[in-house]
Amino acid sequence: MIGGTISRLLHSHQPDQDQSQALLERVNQAIADRTPLRIQGGGSKAFLGRPVQGETLDTRGHRGIVSYDPTELVITVRAGTPLIELDRALDEAGQMLACEPPRLGEHATVGGMIGAGLSGPRRPWSGSVRDFVLGSRVITGHGKHLRFGGEVMKNVAGYDLSRLMAGSFGCLGLLTEVSLKVLPKPRLTRNLRIEMDLERALLNLCEWGQQPVPITAASYEGGALHLRLEGGEGSVNAACDRFGGEELALGYWDDLNEQRLAFFQDPRPLWRLSLPNATPPLALPGEQLIDWGGAQRWLKSDAEATVIRAIASEVGGHATCFSAAVVDSPFQPLAAPLLRYHRQLKAALDPHGIFNPGRMYAEV
Amino acid sequence: MNILYDERVDGALPKVDKAALLAELQTQLPDLEILHRGEDLRPYECDGLSAYRTTPMLVVLPERIEQVEAILKLCHARGVPVVARGAGTGLSGGALPLEQGVLLAMARFNKILEVDPQGRCARVQPGVRNLAISQAAAPFDLYYAPDPSSQIACSIGGNVAENAGGVHCLKYGLTVHNLLKVEILTVEGERMTLGSDALDAPGFDLLALFTGSEGMLGVVTEVTVKLLPKPQVAKVLLASFDSVEKAGRAVGDIIAAGIIPGGLEMMDNLSIRAAEDFIRAGYPVEAEAILLCELDGVEADVRDDVERVRQVLEQAGATEVRLAKDEAERVRFWAGRKNAFPAVGRISPDYYCMDGTIPRRELPGVLKGIADLSAEYDLRVANVFHAGDGNMHPLILFDANTPGELERAEALGGKILELCVKVGGSITGEHGVGREKINQMCAQFNADELTTFHAVKAAFDPSGLLNPGKNIPTLHRCAEFGGMHVHGGQLPFPELERF
Repeated sequence: MIGGTISRLLHSHQPDQDQSQALLERVNQAIADRTPLRIQGGGSKAFLGRPVQGETLDTRGHRGIVSYDPTELVITVRAGTPLIELDRALDEAGQMLACEPPRLGEHATVGGMIGAGLSGPRRPWSGSVRDFVLGSRVITGHGKHLRFGGEVMKNVAGYDLSRLMAGSFGCLGLLTEVSLKVLPKPRLTRNLRIEMDLERALLNLCEWGQQPVPITAASYEGGALHLRLEGGEGSVNAACDRFGGEELALGYWDDLNEQRLAFFQDPRPLWRLSLPNATPPLALPGEQLIDWGGAQRWLKSDAEATVIRAIASEVGGHATCFSAAVVDSPFQPLAAPLLRYHRQLKAALDPHGIFNPGRMYAEV
Repeated sequence: MNILYDERVDGALPKVDKAALLAELQTQLPDLEILHRGEDLRPYECDGLSAYRTTPMLVVLPERIEQVEAILKLCHARGVPVVARGAGTGLSGGALPLEQGVLLAMARFNKILEVDPQGRCARVQPGVRNLAISQAAAPFDLYYAPDPSSQIACSIGGNVAENAGGVHCLKYGLTVHNLLKVEILTVEGERMTLGSDALDAPGFDLLALFTGSEGMLGVVTEVTVKLLPKPQVAKVLLASFDSVEKAGRAVGDIIAAGIIPGGLEMMDNLSIRAAEDFIRAGYPVEAEAILLCELDGVEADVRDDVERVRQVLEQAGATEVRLAKDEAERVRFWAGRKNAFPAVGRISPDYYCMDGTIPRRELPGVLKGIADLSAEYDLRVANVFHAGDGNMHPLILFDANTPGELERAEALGGKILELCVKVGGSITGEHGVGREKINQMCAQFNADELTTFHAVKAAFDPSGLLNPGKNIPTLHRCAEFGGMHVHGGQLPFPELERF
């Protein structure tokens, strides 16, 4: 039953704590010493990006749900809170983070989720992590603890520095708190597996994408299209009758999101290709698993970064290496003017270069 | 209180030799249309915030991106401020010109470059009207979701600059949620792509940063928007309440039932009467408040949700719940709401529209506060509320011809916004800061936060030539005007000298 403000979790293994003052002092010390910091939460996404040389700053002591009112559809959480605890609190109120961020391990924190900005299978239909960010508190490279955005759905006062934090890998400041929009869980979920060839599957997804069909996840692997349908009984059951196929195992989407499917066991480096909707089948040098209705393609490949990126760029996308220590720049290099403004923005918010220097790009 | 650019507190502007600049533009861009005579400049004195006017030094009306590039390069080299303008419908004075600046009118970039039904996106020039995108997508049963009230006139470039909203934001998001890619020109006239044709792009999310940045960081030259399949059906319920509090609680109850309506709007008695008088929408004029709840999607689900919402509304104490019996009635129910502003315009010589947002649970207290302020300032206030997403539009009724009323209306508006900030809300949900709310920014943000905003601005526009004076106040302005209310015996920004 939804209702009331849940101010703390009942199942915490560690006590909720506001350590923002200690974090601020730590940052100010680093500014004074000119010592770079390597921001670390649960370490579940430490493999992503470039290695950072710096003193470790652990955020996990700064944890707990600050406020949660399900009828406002907003939750405010400290950055060190385990993502699993956030998910549990929402689940108890019948709500969810609709962007379905992957945990990639049980230790993932909310701060890491924002920093990495990764979204799950529902992303093309519901939006990304950044789409659900409403406000934040951030310790800047000037040693100030500031508040941007807020706990309201609409807020256009000042620049949107909160959404900028999503996917910035801690390079622009130390996130201490975030307010997120949450949504009610769908009333009914059904999963389908329909055998068909890849070309047919992608054409179907293009066609269905233009229709009001309640698809909220679509992947292709092992010669079959996998669909998740969510909504009211009427629309979901009608769509299942229309599409046919067989009922899919319940945990499939979580296994895909957490990279537990057999595909991910392949020892070759893992690449993520982000591509425009309606990109046709691509001849990629390796094994692929298609998610996001075709807009995200996982690739297991030994091919050179330049080869993979050329294929992605050719069709208007980009490629990220998801395996550590394979390439010097796991994120696709930026065009020269963009890189220049990245450096200037970094210098504006972190003038002494103390937050995760080089995590995204060597120059930033 | 005057919000026109004031060099004393907003910073000195470069002195520009108009004749020299005009000659140089004419030489470099012989086919560029340039307005420079007084009578030609007058239509560009203001945007939708018409109480404030400044005659621009020059207006340029480019038709090709190369011309915009050359204009920006020249202005950058000569140190000339540039204010970009779309359709000029903005309500916060974001396109208010400068006497010492060039007004860059982007309205002629009005071509829809591509509608891609397979990719569910459209690539358009910045001067394309919001509604024109949905019209171009309609043959494919697709549409562009954000629908600000001004959608028949406002341009998509302006929507990006303001992060425009509308009545369907709770379910479908703001402009920022419905963009894939934006092409911009920097202050130096350099081209840059933010976002991509895919769902994300490498690097920082500069697309999110630029959306809503009010023309302070760059000039939008092309926009790729997402298109959505049109919902199969939309049904509207009209619920009447004998108190605003009950209506407010009903909104929370609908969401607690796990339903996200496509639109959820509230109007108070004064707005109901004004709208009914104007549109004959069939509103109950005796009600203290009405809720309009639109449910859209697949037919079977909508039918179920209509019944669920009807029950919730009845349990919440609605005195009457009506379902629009057909599409014509649905459109009529909405017409009353969408014309609420002009309707209020008919019962008062002037009105001043506010745009604060609040956590919804604070609604009863804030409405009470507004009623008290209304009595104190002796001005009527009609309340229109995007109830689903907490965005209030109190309309302050006044007569500009009565000496002192405009000033009283502004002061009352400022108080209302400060009340929104006090309960955890924001001074602007969708209209932007522009010049209008420049002083209230000092209540929303502290000096360190404002300093950070200025640093972000400087990262993209170090010489401060793009839309100077908008969006972020100087600390000097805050010291002088920004809520000189004494909090706990201390003035805000005690470290700054007073003039």
